[in-house]
Amino acid sequence: MLNIKCPYCGDRAQKEFAYGGDGTVKRPELNKEVSDKEWDDFVYMRKSLRGKHVELWHHIFGCRQWFRAQRDTATHEIFKTAKISEEI
Amino acid sequence: MAQEFRLKNEGLIDRKKEIIFSFNGKKYSGYQGDTLASALLANGVHLVGRSFKYHRPRGFFGAGVDEPNAKLQVTINGYSEPNVNATEIELVKGLSATSQNCWPSVNFDVGAINNFLNRFFPAGFYYKTFMWPKSFWYKIYEPFIRKAAGLGVASVEKDNERYEHKYEYCDLLVAGSGPAGLSSAYAAAKNGARVILAEDKPRFGGTLLTDDVTIDNLSGKDWADKIISELKEMPNVIVKNRSQVFGYYDHNMTVMFERIGDHLEQKSKFTPRQRLWYIRAKEVLLSTGSIERPIVFGNNDTPGIFLSAAAKEYIKVYGVLVGKKPVIFTNNDSAYETALEFKKNGVNPIILDSREEQNSQLVQDVKNQNIKIKFSHAIIAANGYKKVNSVLAGKLTKDKTDYEKTEIIECDCVCVSGFWTPTVHLASQSGNKLSYNDKIDAFVPDKSKQSEKSIGAANGTFTLKETIENGFKIGSETSNKITKKNNPIKIPKSNELNHSPHDKFWCAPLPKGKNYKRFVDFQNDVAVSDIEIALKEGYRSIEHVKRYTTLGMATDQGRTSNLNGLQLVANIEKKIIPQVGHTTFRPPFTPITIGAIVGREIGKEYMPTRKTPMHDWHEKNNAVFVDAGAWKRPRYYKQGNETLSEASRREAKNVRDHVGICDVTTLGKIDIKGPDAAELLNRVYTNAWLKLPVGKARYGVMLREDGIVMDDGTTTRISENHFHMTTTTLQAANVLSHLEYYLQVIWPELNVNVVSTTEQWAGLSLAGPKSRDVLAKLFPDLNVSNDALPFMGYIEGNLFGVEARIFRISFSGELAFEINVKSDHGIFMWEKTMEMGKEFNIQPYGTEALSTLRIEMGHVAGPELDGRTIPYDLSLEGLISNNKDFIGKRSLRREAFKSDSRQKIVGLIPVDKKSSIPEGSHLVENKDAKLPNPKIGYVSSSCWSVENNNPFSLGILKNGKNMIGKKLFALSPLKNKAIEVEVISSHYVDHEGKRVRS
Repeated sequence: MLNIKCPYCGDRAQKEFAYGGDGTVKRPELNKEVSDKEWDDFVYMRKSLRGKHVELWHHIFGCRQWFRAQRDTATHEIFKTAKISEEI
Repeated sequence: MAQEFRLKNEGLIDRKKEIIFSFNGKKYSGYQGDTLASALLANGVHLVGRSFKYHRPRGFFGAGVDEPNAKLQVTINGYSEPNVNATEIELVKGLSATSQNCWPSVNFDVGAINNFLNRFFPAGFYYKTFMWPKSFWYKIYEPFIRKAAGLGVASVEKDNERYEHKYEYCDLLVAGSGPAGLSSAYAAAKNGARVILAEDKPRFGGTLLTDDVTIDNLSGKDWADKIISELKEMPNVIVKNRSQVFGYYDHNMTVMFERIGDHLEQKSKFTPRQRLWYIRAKEVLLSTGSIERPIVFGNNDTPGIFLSAAAKEYIKVYGVLVGKKPVIFTNNDSAYETALEFKKNGVNPIILDSREEQNSQLVQDVKNQNIKIKFSHAIIAANGYKKVNSVLAGKLTKDKTDYEKTEIIECDCVCVSGFWTPTVHLASQSGNKLSYNDKIDAFVPDKSKQSEKSIGAANGTFTLKETIENGFKIGSETSNKITKKNNPIKIPKSNELNHSPHDKFWCAPLPKGKNYKRFVDFQNDVAVSDIEIALKEGYRSIEHVKRYTTLGMATDQGRTSNLNGLQLVANIEKKIIPQVGHTTFRPPFTPITIGAIVGREIGKEYMPTRKTPMHDWHEKNNAVFVDAGAWKRPRYYKQGNETLSEASRREAKNVRDHVGICDVTTLGKIDIKGPDAAELLNRVYTNAWLKLPVGKARYGVMLREDGIVMDDGTTTRISENHFHMTTTTLQAANVLSHLEYYLQVIWPELNVNVVSTTEQWAGLSLAGPKSRDVLAKLFPDLNVSNDALPFMGYIEGNLFGVEARIFRISFSGELAFEINVKSDHGIFMWEKTMEMGKEFNIQPYGTEALSTLRIEMGHVAGPELDGRTIPYDLSLEGLISNNKDFIGKRSLRREAFKSDSRQKIVGLIPVDKKSSIPEGSHLVENKDAKLPNPKIGYVSSSCWSVENNNPFSLGILKNGKNMIGKKLFALSPLKNKAIEVEVISSHYVDHEGKRVRS
């Protein structure tokens, strides 16, 4: 079980969190015309990286805040976590 | 009762407390403090089981976790458990044990024929035998293998024991309480670190209990006792015996298995049997010691053959002699300690040493005791079937590949030592890449991946002096990093005899023309010849050899076999061990009970139960409940001998004819506040929300980004910047997370707060033509006419002193209202409504009637919102706004979603108006078409229409909009039904929606 540092609450057990997928995906702006390809990339296409990965987590049994974490997908090492408003 | 092999004075057992137990039906006696193994050995019982493949007689080999053979079926207090390690389970009153893997008895086992058929059971026999003919597999081969293989029998009784889980955090976890563990834990504790010291065995001290050493002029055991009692007094230290750290997981999470109840003769009702500790430690020190490995020789699995350290442990800890005429076979000095212990107790051993003449202090000491030593000797093979009675020994040639001469030496036990293997399992589990140390011919931990360090014998340090010095140093340094304290401690002086180096001799060569079975892995019955075959057949990778021969794959994880197996592969391949590599260690280190893993989460504690405030009322009124997520909802209220279908028809009919009341507390409720609340809804729902007036509700559908319908519900504008959203019961949590995601991650500029209020409001739905009459009686001061409270209207009222929210919304298709009050008043609201509705024939209705009502109205619910449907499929395309963007809108332009022949919801009635259509049926054109019959749709929801008094279903059908009037078949292969159905509109009742607006 991972030990995840919520940027709001501090170190907590993985049990308290829900995984939220790739944290680098940018949603196309509302009311902006996007091509099929762009939309498809946004909805479906994800990289399955080995190594450093920026991802979203949701402190679902805690403060209910979403945040980003930089994690190594092979070793599970978590290098950094940051609020959504912060750089990671 | 006689314990013929029990010594008068040795041992740490309590001779005042005799314990009677039974083994294979016979009664024996032992003492408090014995293990089952030591008690049996005290009685001279060696034969405990039959081997896995060849059913060869097997006896005890080790004295703890190293034991490969003595796995017994053990019954305590009527509960029976298979594969219990006899060398680890403590003797307790009433314990009874039986041998496994033998029939009819361990003494006469029919399966032993396998031993003589062993050419049919070569390496990989599972893969080679039983292959053809294919048709034999299910009926003949598989049942045969299942019967022949496996060990004990799992109990089918309910396990009434209590198991617990515990979470703990500490600065330093020390696994193992030998000299390394004690000294490091002590040093760390003195620096103020929060320490947990875990010992697998009942007694602390590890090898200090058996080695003839002194520390600070105390015996090893006395020193260990002194340190432990000091540690126990310290508030920052948790000291646990009978507790094994068996798993090392990510981020320094270790799991420890504590045995609490099994050794107690009497325990209170709430004493758990076992407890699982999840320990997150800042640093972990692995002082797990080492395990002696055997030397391989012919018939080395004969009962009466022991590891030499085990024989010593039986003497020193349990006061038991494993034999009175021992032969000791060794390639190193440590077996000489065993010889000395025998001698002290009046037994004269003979030592066969593969090395040439040695003269260390220890060997000298043995010589001084006039113990007979034969250097350059090896055991070629043991003789005896159920018990060793002599060994064939040989004088080794100079190159140790053959013998100069041989002789028979009579004996009643053999103690073998092939040097020591550090217990690196936990280090390996943590991700530590091991490295090979050829000074000790074994793998040791190398580079840590997590915050762990191995110390003492686990790290290949085999002298006491070095172990203690390192222990204090590392314990002090590691804790200093955390606490920043540095309490100086005087490192105690230790005293031990020095050893001469070991010899790399690990396997006695076969004399010409002889073909003894020489076992490498006892538990899985893997012999030297099996590994040779595997290599001959082309297996090279050690991982493949392991799987093909099953070497090291038994529950003992190859503790005594791994290195000898690697050595053998290396020899044949003409490689060195580091080139061969090693297999991976995985948790658990020893088998853990399922009970401990499950803990308290069984039965009704498996998951939380959510009950509405009206639950007790439902219970009193014969509600039959159904699970909706964690919620309990009344499915129907049983009257007399009614069946489910009779009750639900009665309830639904009463709604259509009079008025019904349904508990809708479980619907998800989300309170949405803020200046941008309407804007959020406008982006989340497919329809327009900005202009919804205050005091009005609106039905909305939300999509996922891929265009699939996620959830639906009504949302009401309570005030300008305040909305009350409802979701389906099962999607409530997902919808909240969804809103939070968009608010926090995608559109943080929106000034909105969302919070779940599901449990803050109790809700009831009042439905049926008489519902307004009931409402008027509940709120006599309120104007509830169609003009004052029209369809989709919202007002607030006072229900006999209780604030209430009244929504005019309908799920049943009837004139209907939903009333919410704060949860505490839920039962009051409910009872008052029943009371006021009495004169209008009010009846409660459950989820089954609720479904009937919504299905015949053509309202979609869970079965239609199944993660595969878009708004069009559900005839909800009218709710899609063309004037704004929303989540998932762009996906609706995908080709497949625009297709003319796309699936769409339809109604279905059986042509005979009688046969009910099973949910999940396939819709096909021709019931007799060749399989696979092309499926053009499926039945999502079925009910008995109370309005039309015949079955009615909803289905999702390809090209549904053009199929009305067509006749199809609903096929249910599961129920073996083919029902002819007619496709009709999905709105079976009140097409124009007049009733909800009446």
